[in-house]
Amino acid sequence: MNPEELFYCETHEWVSITDEGGSKTATVGISKFAVDQLTDLVFMELPEPGTEVAAGDEFGEVESVKAVSSLYAPVAGKILEVNHDLPDKLETLSEDPYGAGWIIRLEVSDDSALENLLDYQAYQKQCAEED
Amino acid sequence: MTTALAHTPLHAWHKDQGARLVDFAGWSMPVQYTSIVDEHVATRTAASIFDISHMGRLRFDGDNAASFLDHLLTRRVTDMEPGQIRYALLTNDQGGILDDVLVYYLESPHGARYFLLVVNASNRDKVIAWTQPQLAAFPGVTMQDRTTDTAMIAVQGPAALEIVDPLLDSPAASLKYYTGTVTRQMKKVCIVSRTGYTGEDGCELIVKASEAVQVWNNLLMAGRDRGCLAAGLGARDTLRLEAGMPLYGHELSEQVNPFQAGLGFAVNLAEREFVGHEELRLLREATGNQRRVGLSLTGRRVPRENYSVLCAGQQVGHVTSGTFSPTLNKPIAMAYVNTANAESEHGLDIDIRGKPTPATLVPLPFYSRNRK
Repeated sequence: MNPEELFYCETHEWVSITDEGGSKTATVGISKFAVDQLTDLVFMELPEPGTEVAAGDEFGEVESVKAVSSLYAPVAGKILEVNHDLPDKLETLSEDPYGAGWIIRLEVSDDSALENLLDYQAYQKQCAEED
Repeated sequence: MTTALAHTPLHAWHKDQGARLVDFAGWSMPVQYTSIVDEHVATRTAASIFDISHMGRLRFDGDNAASFLDHLLTRRVTDMEPGQIRYALLTNDQGGILDDVLVYYLESPHGARYFLLVVNASNRDKVIAWTQPQLAAFPGVTMQDRTTDTAMIAVQGPAALEIVDPLLDSPAASLKYYTGTVTRQMKKVCIVSRTGYTGEDGCELIVKASEAVQVWNNLLMAGRDRGCLAAGLGARDTLRLEAGMPLYGHELSEQVNPFQAGLGFAVNLAEREFVGHEELRLLREATGNQRRVGLSLTGRRVPRENYSVLCAGQQVGHVTSGTFSPTLNKPIAMAYVNTANAESEHGLDIDIRGKPTPATLVPLPFYSRNRK
């Protein structure tokens, strides 16, 4: 996925939405910036498929030697698929954060939260301020 | 930012290297340059250098200086020989820990003898405020804060002495553990001590602030082929935790007494008097309500500071430091638990964000190097 075409939460999750005949699917991951800030990842907790989440709900966590970060759902929906390869291959998150490092796919029930997400430019600006 | 952070003489170097800088006790300090784990592993297998210039360095001169420090510290100072270094505690009237310190007894090349107290950065102002008013009772003793006109660099790891020694007039390898000397590096005065906070062999250097960058670069050059890295406070923390060493503000505070903290070895009560002596004598006899312990976990979730320690669902203590140990490849923590639980075989759990996770009591340290 092209990071310039994604939308971002202030909490560093990215989301991409595809619309196939009115049924919307969201793919969610975390940004390269977030992974680089965490460094030394040791653990990842993922949800079960079928779980319903609202926008802003915590759906998992990623932990490094230094700190733990919660993962928040950018939009509301039902979790369709979880990338179970990640916990045993955490390096994928930094090597390919916008591809093989995807974390969950959601069947979107409400994407109104998209309005509050940042586009690539705005997200870059936020990262520059945090760094 | 409300107040400007203090900078060590190496601050510009850290910034140029792209280190992640954090506010640590009012200083802008590097937490890591690349990865905490890489810097940690380099220290265990090769060597690393740490800028620890933020640590407070207080110099005491005068004929009565030994008596003065003896009056303040939990270990005897009056019998120290030049070159000796001791780990000691500064306690208040209640026996609570004001700071944990290293006291150096040094002799300059001109024969002047003086003491140096290396204190935690977070406690420097407090220690000065505590110490200053007590000087009056010891005529002739002076205290100078040498923190900002000097720099302090730790060189730690199995290759540390090989890296340092070619740069020094008097080799660190000839020093016993916990001794130090005033020598020269590149013809400039330098204090070298066989001390550290990582559980590895190594030494710590104190140089003039204006010479810090040159010394730092010389060490990196000398260590380049041996895998020596610059390491930040992140690795320093995971290293000291594996080595079971307490950190003030985490395992130590004014609310904790030395016996609870497992630092009874640093309290010498026999045939002497010091601030807190009487209370410590009583505390040594009384069974404290909580004790510092080491806990080891399986899995990969990390216990963090202030997480609850549980026994059969009831809180019996709290975590003071925790990490994922890069050397042991498992989560470890130090905690204070009720004395009954510190000795019992009853299973303990740590509440990791709502999930009780089994934790096993293990003796400290978690890691100790193979001594040659």
